[in-house]
Amino acid sequence: MTERNLVQAVNAALARAMAEDPSVLVIGEDVGADGGVFRATEGLLARFGKDRVIDTPLAEVGIAGLAVGLAAQGFRPVAEIQFTGFLYATLDQVLNHAARLRTRTRGRLTCPLVIRSPSGGGVRAPEHHSESPEAIFAHVPGLRVVVPSSPARAFGLLLAAIRDPDPVLFLEPTRLYRATREELDDDTPPLPLDRAFVLREGTDATLVAWGGMVPEALAAADALARDGVSCEVIDLATLKPLDEETILASVARTGRLVIVQEAPLTAGYGAEVAARVAERGLMSLRAPIRRVAGWDTVMPLPRLERDYLPNAMRIAAALRETMAFA
Amino acid sequence: MDTVVARFEIRCRRFLGPDGVPLGDLPGFARDPAVLVELYRGMVRTRALDQKAVALQRTGRLGTYASSLGQEAVVVGLAAAMRPEDVLLPSFREQGAQLWRGVTMREVLLYWGGDERGSDFAASRHDFPVCVPVGGQAPHAAGVALAFRLRGEPRAAVCVFGDGATSKGDVAEALVFAGVWALPAVFVVNNNQWAISVPRSAQTAAETLAQKAIAAGIAALQVDGNDVVAVRDAVEEALARARTGGGATLIEALTYRLSDHTTADDARRYRDDAEVSRHWREEPLPRLRNYLTSLGAWSREQEEALLEACRAEVEAAEAAYLATPPQDPATMFEHTFAALPADLVRQKAEALGGRT
Ligand SMILES: Cc1ncc(C[n+]2csc(CCOP(=O)(O)OP(=O)(O)O)c2C)c(N)n1
Ligand SMILES: [Mg+2]
Repeated sequence: MTERNLVQAVNAALARAMAEDPSVLVIGEDVGADGGVFRATEGLLARFGKDRVIDTPLAEVGIAGLAVGLAAQGFRPVAEIQFTGFLYATLDQVLNHAARLRTRTRGRLTCPLVIRSPSGGGVRAPEHHSESPEAIFAHVPGLRVVVPSSPARAFGLLLAAIRDPDPVLFLEPTRLYRATREELDDDTPPLPLDRAFVLREGTDATLVAWGGMVPEALAAADALARDGVSCEVIDLATLKPLDEETILASVARTGRLVIVQEAPLTAGYGAEVAARVAERGLMSLRAPIRRVAGWDTVMPLPRLERDYLPNAMRIAAALRETMAFA
Repeated sequence: MDTVVARFEIRCRRFLGPDGVPLGDLPGFARDPAVLVELYRGMVRTRALDQKAVALQRTGRLGTYASSLGQEAVVVGLAAAMRPEDVLLPSFREQGAQLWRGVTMREVLLYWGGDERGSDFAASRHDFPVCVPVGGQAPHAAGVALAFRLRGEPRAAVCVFGDGATSKGDVAEALVFAGVWALPAVFVVNNNQWAISVPRSAQTAAETLAQKAIAAGIAALQVDGNDVVAVRDAVEEALARARTGGGATLIEALTYRLSDHTTADDARRYRDDAEVSRHWREEPLPRLRNYLTSLGAWSREQEEALLEACRAEVEAAEAAYLATPPQDPATMFEHTFAALPADLVRQKAEALGGRT
């Protein structure tokens, strides 16, 4: 057993996948000698060589398109987009090509690729480095969107993403890269890509979160527990496809739902979760669904970051309001 | 049978050798030592600000910062060639050009300290802010230049980006636009040989970055980017051509990134100290200083006075930066649209009410 933080777990999953399957390639900017700007690919160049750990020229559209070509040829490229803000440029390649090559060719050509990128704020990063673009990508048919929130889930979900026969966007919360450590064996099995994780069981309210907001949701649940309120906390982990059943089962028991997302409120992924529960779980609700989200503003520079980011306090306040409904 | 249908060559311009000895006649502006002293002052100021910014970052009082150490001649030379009414479209390593155009050191520190007001600078308000997405500002330069063309104004857009940026589609597309419409734009590549850990040789198989201009049908030139006289001369020439309908130019300035990529980087992971030491011998400041000294236009006393003046300016800027009161979180909402929509008014009230 080795203790690993989230970025080390990503590194370990990449190494394991590369060791197991010679078709797995790592591509991106500074992924070689530098080991990635967050060190997610550290040591891979030395271990697997420059034919499998490929530093690219500085061109995100090129990287995404290159991955499509490699994938259609039977490789399993894992492309790193260095910071979230530069992921937007890949949207054309992802949406028009990666996510629909299978459909367009009726399965003749496929795209078993993974695009990894750090995401979210909370680390006082420069402009365009703290974005939460998951909803934009979750809107793309044919693309899976995964956001781990712990070292173990990062490891298991990344392994599964690499083995998956279709394109996966894998968003790693930057603020959790070095936040906690977990015992993690190299032969830990992959985790399913269609299941949410109940991190804490509770009876009075359901809290749904993902990525960097999961620790905030857990902290809010702690705060409510001190008031005698029992919160169930669900980490969605895989946003697309959504594990609706886990959410509905929880809401059926608690009757209350608070959704937490770091991204701006409007048309965020929380709206999808709310809509699913409104469609299939409305009758079990005892209070209106609440969303705690980033504001509909541009992600501010670090000085105002804390005024933007949802936190345990805001989540706890929403929970208390929810609990006020009898 | 194959026939030759096109030929091209790329020229490299240099006036002062690494030791500061002129290689031939200097351009007109450089015959006035006072002008050269100003260029020297601009470079020393830039270096002083960079040093301070790195120190502030190291002590937790500034965010990630990209120093221009070793590349001062590029940013100062191009800014000195510009007129105030031209528009600068920088990337994120051109604080020296911003300073030359009147942006204050305090404003530069504010931006890198994570405060949007640093991009709302008081001088040169038509200039673009720092552009972090690599190459993203290049098509904007084509747009700015087209605006000048449409209004018949004798102005030009000056866009700066790195060697890494030349791999981006944004840059290729900007050059294409500038070429087909012969736009009044000057693109300056700060070829500092590295894009974080990726060396210039791994960025493109082309012999020079300048020749990317040829493919777009615009003028191309390389300059010694450690020779501020060459940079200023090349950009002035390109600007004169741009203003008189002669179209765009791409200038590749050859220099070297003597610092880490940013304060978040450790360049020892991927490049040799020996390579860095070699490039210290080529750097731009002693080059111009030696030339000025050889003219009798610069003395040890003047050097000390300049360093002292820069130190004082930087310290005053540091104090002003640190004393700047924080922005009201309400500003996060107020600048999202020209007028705040009702939906955001509600969010703003919630955000401000929820503050402790
Ligand atoms: C589109 C985009 N991709 C990646 C990055 C991360 N990044 C910041 S600077 C940089 C290297 C830039 O190299 P170059 O263009 O040579 O400019 P330099 O930093 O050397 O001045 C990278 C990859 C970014 N800011 N924007
Ligand atoms: Mg560079």
